[in-house]
Amino acid sequence: MDFLRGLLSVTMETSASFLPRESLDTLLEAIRRGGFTRVLGPVARHGAITYTSIASADDLPKGLRDRQAPGQYRLEPEEGERRFAWANGPQALKPLTFAPRETLWRCELDDNGQLSFLDVDLAPTPTAVFGVRACDLAALRIQERHFLKLPYPDPHYAARRESLFLVAVHCSHPADTCFCASTGDGPRAEAGYDLAMSELDHGFVVTAGTERGRGVLSLLNLSPASPDECAQADGEIEAAAAAQTRSLPSRNLKDALYARLEHPHWDQVGRRCLSCGNCTAVCPTCFCHAEQDEPALTGSSSEHLRQWDSCFTAVHSYMGHFLVREETRLRYRQWLTHKLASWHEQYGRSGCVGCGRCIAWCPVGIDITAEVSALLESGDAQS
Amino acid sequence: MHNPDRPVEVEVVDRVEETPSIYTLHLRFTDPEVAASYRLLPGQYNMLYLFGVGEVPISIVSDPDFEGPLEHTIRSVGRVTRGMERLKVGDRMGLRGPYGRGWPLDEAEGRDVVIVTGGLGCAPVVSMIRYVLQRRERFGRLVILQGVKHTDDLIWRRQYERWQQMPDTQVLLAADVGGPNWPYSVGKVTVLFSQAGVDPDKSIVMLCGPEPMMKASIDRLLALNVPAESMWLSIERNMQCGIGHCGHCQVGPYFVCQDGPVFHYPELRPWLGVTGF
Repeated sequence: MDFLRGLLSVTMETSASFLPRESLDTLLEAIRRGGFTRVLGPVARHGAITYTSIASADDLPKGLRDRQAPGQYRLEPEEGERRFAWANGPQALKPLTFAPRETLWRCELDDNGQLSFLDVDLAPTPTAVFGVRACDLAALRIQERHFLKLPYPDPHYAARRESLFLVAVHCSHPADTCFCASTGDGPRAEAGYDLAMSELDHGFVVTAGTERGRGVLSLLNLSPASPDECAQADGEIEAAAAAQTRSLPSRNLKDALYARLEHPHWDQVGRRCLSCGNCTAVCPTCFCHAEQDEPALTGSSSEHLRQWDSCFTAVHSYMGHFLVREETRLRYRQWLTHKLASWHEQYGRSGCVGCGRCIAWCPVGIDITAEVSALLESGDAQS
Repeated sequence: MHNPDRPVEVEVVDRVEETPSIYTLHLRFTDPEVAASYRLLPGQYNMLYLFGVGEVPISIVSDPDFEGPLEHTIRSVGRVTRGMERLKVGDRMGLRGPYGRGWPLDEAEGRDVVIVTGGLGCAPVVSMIRYVLQRRERFGRLVILQGVKHTDDLIWRRQYERWQQMPDTQVLLAADVGGPNWPYSVGKVTVLFSQAGVDPDKSIVMLCGPEPMMKASIDRLLALNVPAESMWLSIERNMQCGIGHCGHCQVGPYFVCQDGPVFHYPELRPWLGVTGF
């Protein structure tokens, strides 16, 4: 992955174009003509930024900013005309690749009692996503490692991933909950996109990350971005990194957390946690899912589905005769130590990309960065 | 891309009632091509599917070289296994697998094989016992130590008595609570170790059963100078996909469904007995 990251950032430096803001629709049109008939973009909806089908650039938010804090998310007006003056909403790319609920196969029972197992049709609508964040691209790469690992790569995930055309927008307005600079996943989108854009007051500095991205750009006859525009774009990204106030103390907390499995702070956070699973639903890397069957009323067929699950539910660790994690503190510890410790052994990096969603969308405002600090502060104290 | 999550059809060709709540299903692939390409190792499991109800992971008891139907011994504990209990000969179900890591067959060759099990007759080690008995000359002594809570929990009592007659095979049984028809030991399985005369340098130990029993047994074996590196254990977790995707079976860094269910004891040492993992 690291070699890929290097490769793509090199291509990025080479040929930046400039897209005037009033030409955004020509870019949307070029992507549509490229076969991506469904275009999703950030839309202010129900009080949050959500990825929704857009018809034109007019659907994008204008002069809106998100204010995020532990247990809080608000959209507020912002000076100016910028369309991407916000950090993120509750969704990442996750629902587009790892569907919240989908059929994996179907079983049919015939009159002789014989069973047939049938694959479902995997033909997701080719979809372009506008305004993808660096943290979410990093999370996408993490989930690719999980779902596409050998020897059982998941065809459902693969088909959805291949159906996406991704237009990243580098972050210039981090929220107070963001800490991607400390995890190394933002605010600059480094890999995994087809096009990446930096928003300036009068338009966008655009670079391509893939051949098909370059193909789309070539349809637009854009002039090159000036050195000043490039410098301003870089400066805004650097400022966005510097503006982040939250952080994790290290990119690898495995040993530190494993040494504190019996720390008294797990009890403390366990008393605040409602075990609601909001954090796992908004987390762009959480991959747990339940498998279940849904028989038709006719009794002659049944669908086998997977649906997002959460390690905060009791049934997640159900064993027939006991629960592995009966208490909330054990579920929180499972989530945090998986995300920040055992993930390193499974996938060679932490499972946290610093998007801050689990902080903002936690109804009681539990802050992963604060919990880690509290755990680490008191040395390797054991209860 | 092949859908790794999709079962194939099997037919129930025999059904054996082991106890009022434990039964064995003998399953035959209805597609001969699937049957011909199916390979398993002792200690692995299949995901069995009951039409319209769901899937459960079940250990395979059969010998890898046996070309007949696959044997699965199942305890009725949940929705799916209670439903499967009602299947009759001729009924169809779904199967996918085999999955996971089995017992360390190469490491075991030439050594004394010590099997430690507890609870209700542990299917994952039965496959290993059968494997050794089929290839008796390739292994040293076979020592089977089985502990149960109540004397009537012991399934396959006749099977244990038969194993006892096999060459160079020692079977020791213990029940927490004895009774009039219990000629064996009374106490935890750990009381059997001194009788067994385990040679710490020549033995490989394979454990399966409740984790507190396995942990107590391992501690006792370590005290008898059996090296940690000579011990392997099979553990259970909630498994829904079997292919390392669904996340339920994690223990520390491991996906039990793929990295296990059989583990080398040094791998699990930091996690065994830690509540919540």
